[in-house]
Amino acid sequence: MMLFMLLFSRQGKLRLQKWYMAYPDKVKKKITRELVTTILARKPKMCSFLEWKDCKIVYKRYASLYFCCAIEQNDNELLTLEIIHRYVELLDKYFGSVCELDIIFNFEKAYFILDELLIGGEIQETSKKNVLKAIASQDLLQEDETPQSFFDDHGLG
Amino acid sequence: MAPVRGDGMRGLAVFISDIRNCKSKEAEVKRINKELANIRSKFKGDKTLDGYQKKKYVCKLLFIFLLGHDIDFGHMEAVNLLSSNKYSEKQIGYLFISVLVNTNSDLIRLIIQSIKNDLQSRNPVHVNLALQCIANIGSRDMAESFSNEIPKLLVSGDTMDVVKQSAALCLLRLFRSSPDIIPGGEWTSRIIHLLNDQHMGVVTAATSLIDALVKRNPDEYKGCVNLAVSRLSRIVTASYTDLQDYTYYFVPAPWLSVKLLRLLQNYNPVTEEPGVRARLNETLETILNKAQEPPKSKKVQHSNAKNAVLFEAINLIIHSDSEPNLLVRACNQLGQFLSNRETNLRYLALESMCHLATSEFSHEEVKKHQEVVILSMKMEKDVSVRQMAVDLLYAMCDRGNAEEIVQEMLNYLETADYSIREEMVLKVAILAEKYATDYTWYVDVILNLIRIAGDYVSEEVWYRVIQIVINREEVQGYAAKTVFEALQAPACHENMVKVGGYILGEFGNLIAGDSRSAPLVQFKLLHSKYHLCSPMTRALLLSTYIKFINLFPEIRSNIQEVFRQHSNLRSADAELQQRASEYLQLSIVASTDVLATVLEEMPSFPERESSILAVLKKKKPGRVPENEIRESKSPNPVSNHQNANSHHINSNSTASNKLNNSNAHADLLGLSTPPANNVGGSNSNSNSTLIDVLGDIYGTNNNANAAVYNTKKFLFKNNGVLFENEMLQIGVKSEFRQNLGRLGLFYGNKTQVPLTNFNPVLQWSTDEALKLNVQMKAVEPTLEAGAQIQQLLTAECIEDYADAPTIEISFRYNGTQQKFSIKLPLSVNKFFEPTEMNAESFFARWKNLSGEQQRSQKVFKAAQPLDLPGARNKLMGFGMQLLDQVDPNPDNMVCAGIIHTQSQQVGCLLRLEPNKQAQMFRLTIRASKETVTQVICDLLSDQF
Repeated sequence: MMLFMLLFSRQGKLRLQKWYMAYPDKVKKKITRELVTTILARKPKMCSFLEWKDCKIVYKRYASLYFCCAIEQNDNELLTLEIIHRYVELLDKYFGSVCELDIIFNFEKAYFILDELLIGGEIQETSKKNVLKAIASQDLLQEDETPQSFFDDHGLG
Repeated sequence: MAPVRGDGMRGLAVFISDIRNCKSKEAEVKRINKELANIRSKFKGDKTLDGYQKKKYVCKLLFIFLLGHDIDFGHMEAVNLLSSNKYSEKQIGYLFISVLVNTNSDLIRLIIQSIKNDLQSRNPVHVNLALQCIANIGSRDMAESFSNEIPKLLVSGDTMDVVKQSAALCLLRLFRSSPDIIPGGEWTSRIIHLLNDQHMGVVTAATSLIDALVKRNPDEYKGCVNLAVSRLSRIVTASYTDLQDYTYYFVPAPWLSVKLLRLLQNYNPVTEEPGVRARLNETLETILNKAQEPPKSKKVQHSNAKNAVLFEAINLIIHSDSEPNLLVRACNQLGQFLSNRETNLRYLALESMCHLATSEFSHEEVKKHQEVVILSMKMEKDVSVRQMAVDLLYAMCDRGNAEEIVQEMLNYLETADYSIREEMVLKVAILAEKYATDYTWYVDVILNLIRIAGDYVSEEVWYRVIQIVINREEVQGYAAKTVFEALQAPACHENMVKVGGYILGEFGNLIAGDSRSAPLVQFKLLHSKYHLCSPMTRALLLSTYIKFINLFPEIRSNIQEVFRQHSNLRSADAELQQRASEYLQLSIVASTDVLATVLEEMPSFPERESSILAVLKKKKPGRVPENEIRESKSPNPVSNHQNANSHHINSNSTASNKLNNSNAHADLLGLSTPPANNVGGSNSNSNSTLIDVLGDIYGTNNNANAAVYNTKKFLFKNNGVLFENEMLQIGVKSEFRQNLGRLGLFYGNKTQVPLTNFNPVLQWSTDEALKLNVQMKAVEPTLEAGAQIQQLLTAECIEDYADAPTIEISFRYNGTQQKFSIKLPLSVNKFFEPTEMNAESFFARWKNLSGEQQRSQKVFKAAQPLDLPGARNKLMGFGMQLLDQVDPNPDNMVCAGIIHTQSQQVGCLLRLEPNKQAQMFRLTIRASKETVTQVICDLLSDQF
């Protein structure tokens, strides 16, 4: 089972965090700090897996973003790399050449997509098509709504 | 410029842009505070906000939280959003709840109600949103509220596939926190049959759930094996076009394959049915065959997915450990990976090979790759890969290649990364001990370790080399010679001085014949290091010097001069001062005979599991191969020797007890639980020789999380951990002389916060106090986080008594009152003085004590299995003298001792007769006082 997933930038800014285990906030912050420092210090050709505390860390860098997952001792490292890749593919497909900015400005979407891919730290749907279909049907529901206050935001309300 | 957002929330985009444009942390905080004030006022304001506005503000709060700021409001608005009829508002509400969940919140009932409504929805998108939220929160409340709905959703024929997938994983999440949520009975087979579902996504999700259920209840779910094997077989033989979108970069359903392979690893053997087993083996072979095929794509995703399945298949092969052919093939495959250009693959291959090395079928195959692995250890750029190579070398080591591997590891150690040195030192020490056929080699290796990586040689390692040298006569002369040579290096590590000091003090006489290492030369060499060493090492050297006086009377005056030096006799360090003055007096007043007795050679140490191995296991649980170190093939007779020397041990004990009390560090070490077979603690005070007290640290903290309450064990020992739970550790250290006892209780706060109102109260009635008078010093009411405080108790035995005093400890931890009671290790046997006697006088006394009131007998069942050496150890720890060659039956154990009370001395004899057939013991106590016979008999019955 995946214990958590963190997305952070090369500058060490956290962009997304998803915790599948209940940790106290203080612990979450500590874990994040430690891992960001550890991983940023690693060189490009190094192994993508780390033993860390009693779990394993799997990470991969895509452009300016690091995707970092913690998994349990018995979990499969290589396939965790591919979960990350699948997530990146989904983001890419959804946003169209995703970049860090998309995730910053649409962080809630990034969460929704992740929730369709993983539940409770386990992979729910591995088919790219099916996940995109699920997201599309969410968006469809959304578009049915008339954005009443759209005008407010543009000072037209 | 803010990029356009799909759904309009422009205010949010502007806010995010503002934050990104902030030039400094201060500016960012300022902007955020402004926004928080704005949102707060909107939420509090009179004007009712519409759903869109609420959504926008809640979303902003979420963003602020994700930046790392605390959010303490907005929950109510988020909960309101849950019941919105607009999906996007609902979705943001759920997201906020999931991220900022607070299970204690009063809102939880409102949340549950909203989830209930959404679960009823006919729109699967709504149902899934609700399921995701349940899984994200995953609390006990959730489990209780939805224990009916979710299992139904999972197996019902009406449920859509997407919902089934979410339901399976949602159920898994709840099962982890509340295992009782899964209904049994007919549900079992319905859940298992999800493995046959048409929809691959459903099968994938269900397999995760079943894996967890099997772990809890393997028998009930055994039916899943056949289904899993056939499903796996179908996937593996499928062409990549068969599974359409479930094929990932030309690999058919890698996630499901890996999950099924994991599922099967819950059973061993996987199956008893020959047909199923054959199909599984065939499938595993197909996976191994495919690894040899040329890749269908150059993309790393293809190779990762394919190899993920391969590694998991190899895990299953290793787990079953029954098919030599598959094991060998797996090993060859991994061997190829060792020189792959992908670091990840090399790393995983090394890791997997560590497991293969422990199988009898593949151990030899793994050894064929030794050269490559040694190269990996030396050449890999990534320390984690090098570390893995070290692990593998450790695992593949056996008697045949030990010398070579140890040598390579020693060579590498000179340049090894700091982060892995300590562990490497432990590994080298263990291998050298485990595979030594020639103990001179072992001594060389350890001294090399100290030379190369002295800072990383922990106490365990140097204690161990001393224990082994003491126990092995054949190596003592060599050890003395070698340390002597090593000490001649101009700069040698303090650990070398410690080992050298100890070994020369014991065995320096063996090399004194050579004029190059004459007594005075040895002494001067050691003393030349003295001033560079820490007080602890100096204390050890002082002991060496007094031993020298015994070994080499000719240098007595040189040594006395050192004892007399101001820096020692008036040392600021109390321990050094005490040793210097006591040893000086000893050397002046004691006759040669007395000196020779007091300073006789150390008795052999009890053979036990290598303490170093225990340390390594603690560092790397699961990584240390199970084939444990076999101790020496010729265990030394310990007990006789031991008793003869007990006086000698006693002489050291005061000094080292003090040493332990003198600084907090040593205290912690002294507080540990000695291993059960610690013969060293033969009578009440002898537990405290330097090596032994410190040597016992290995048992500590292994059970740190479980509450430990050891009073029973303390019948047979005086020092150790008396009680431990997640907040508090109570260690005890005690000594007794005649009818007086001194007891130190060490309270250690294991938490991150201070324990306040800390108050131990003695529970011992005034009547009882007339028999055993216990005085307790007060302690500070606050026990700081991580700190340890000591409380001293004195006890005076006035008359014999039953039972033992209790201490009630109360304190406040995080605002809650804690209270528990602990029995003190102050039973009457602590006031025993062991008495030596021969068979004749034993039986004469035995016959004299034949009156009805002087005898007490009990017959009781032995603990399984009947453990005679264990029983002997316990009796030795009990405080009486265990008498050998007294009882004609060598299995019988007889003891003699005197209980000292203020009013009288009570002689006491004991006989413990095992009956191996019946697995029973008969215990007889004879004593000159009726109450004593009874009490001693009660204390000891059922203890063996």
